[in-house]
Amino acid sequence: MQDLNLLANDNRGQTDLGNSSCLVGWDEVTQGTILESFEGDATGIVQKKAEERSYSNFNSYTATVASWRVKKPVFNIDVCIDCQNCWVWCPDSSILSRDKQMLGIDYDHCKGCEVCAEVCPTNPKSLLMFSEYTPLDEALSQWPEKKKKEEK
Amino acid sequence: MAKKYDLQEREVWDGNFAASQALRQAQVDVVAAYPITPSTPIVENYGNYVANGYIDGEYVMVESEHAAMSGCVGASAAGGRVATATSSQGFALMVEVLYQASGMRLPIVLNVVNRALASPLNVRGDHSDMYLGRDSGWIQLDAFNAQEAYDMVLCAFRIGEHHDVRLPVMVHQDGFITSHTAQNVYPLSDEVAYNFIGDFKPVDDMLDFSRPVTYGAQTEEDWHFEHKARQHKALMDSRSVIDGVFADFEKVSGRKYSRVEAYDMEDAEVAIVALGTTVETAAVAAKELRAEEGIKAGVVAIRCFRPFPFDLVRDALEHVQSVAVLDRSSPGGAMGALFNEVSAALYTAANRPLVTNFIYGLGGRDFSVSEAKRIFKEQKAHADAGHITADIQQFSGLRGPHLGFFQTKRG
Repeated sequence: MQDLNLLANDNRGQTDLGNSSCLVGWDEVTQGTILESFEGDATGIVQKKAEERSYSNFNSYTATVASWRVKKPVFNIDVCIDCQNCWVWCPDSSILSRDKQMLGIDYDHCKGCEVCAEVCPTNPKSLLMFSEYTPLDEALSQWPEKKKKEEK
Repeated sequence: MAKKYDLQEREVWDGNFAASQALRQAQVDVVAAYPITPSTPIVENYGNYVANGYIDGEYVMVESEHAAMSGCVGASAAGGRVATATSSQGFALMVEVLYQASGMRLPIVLNVVNRALASPLNVRGDHSDMYLGRDSGWIQLDAFNAQEAYDMVLCAFRIGEHHDVRLPVMVHQDGFITSHTAQNVYPLSDEVAYNFIGDFKPVDDMLDFSRPVTYGAQTEEDWHFEHKARQHKALMDSRSVIDGVFADFEKVSGRKYSRVEAYDMEDAEVAIVALGTTVETAAVAAKELRAEEGIKAGVVAIRCFRPFPFDLVRDALEHVQSVAVLDRSSPGGAMGALFNEVSAALYTAANRPLVTNFIYGLGGRDFSVSEAKRIFKEQKAHADAGHITADIQQFSGLRGPHLGFFQTKRG
């Protein structure tokens, strides 16, 4: 099962636009709505892994943008062959992979588009769609068996 | 290193050539352009200067004016000094990106050689395109002749790139009358001109890899209003920077400019307010009328159309008895835009002159000294009667029956 604590950035999802204490006046907003992506000097940041980077609060990495997802992909590590097909196809960079090892889904940014489940080549699939409210362990307990060739 | 271009102390240049020489002296890094009449020679000449080694810059050919301004936005955000030129239909196609450029606070310089908007199709000069840009958040400077086209482009870089401003600037000149009429122009030397503008000092440039930034973020009702307010404040505050740049320019050139220019206004009783080449025509008419008929006529010209010089216009006109505001753009079912803005300024003055509106010169229709005199004399008749004796809005120089709208309720 995916470790949900493994991937979370410390300040991810903390930006609450409805909280008036976060809202500054017209004289304090940045000129030209030009927003910094990182805190401090970002030289060489491309060499760092996402969880090591100092993303700023303006960066979409630190906000959850998945609120309209109704179905979520669930990742089954026991079936996955680390082919990286889902990582290539995901339109929101929400497949988390390190050293070509598939780790799971970034649920803060996944929109539930199903592309990953569609392109997964294993039998049974290593990524399947479940209702947003299905717990991960319950989803994994319902995983289908490998299809036999005569069943085609 | 760019090659040296030999200049005489006095050159014979038209407005387009003058503007392109200013772009050369500013050593503009990127021009992205889709040439259109009558502004074509500005970017054509820039391309020549790049090809012949007089500029270390980049001429980017694009597929439309929308792409031209988009290319300018990208190059400016990347951290370069950027300029282009357009007119009329091309300007109209740029409009969406004009708002992007000002919202992102990118100090692009756009030469707008004013030309009528179709339909019917017309390549001649009127101010339809200038008026179309008036809410776009750009600074708009207006040149009345070739010398001023050169001078205003140099000033435009200094103003827009000033770190307290960081806004794009349009420099307007009248299509053909200014852009294609060769006149004496006194250029600055390359060294003086470049040192006046200075090196480009980028802010939030996208090619600074130590500090990656996002341009063009989305803001909804929670942030958009604050960002637009800050942008408007920057535009309003640019007034003092413009004054300072004009003062510095006088030091290097001996030529004095103001956001509102006044000709024979010290004791004027009647006045014309105008933009572009009409200013010089009206100034000639005022001088002649003073000599011929003793009518105390004067001219007020808007050098800086945006930010609109509300207080300076009021100061220039509040002691006049009757004012004719001339709009060279089809007003589309309203009073002329300049009339509305001048009237609003004068409404807050202690002494409120009579104000009338003339729509004139559409599609390059000539505006003559004799017509300016007729308008002055009509203002004199209003002043003597103490109220407006004609329609408040009239069309000047139009064939066919008289066309006018609305009468006064004062007096």
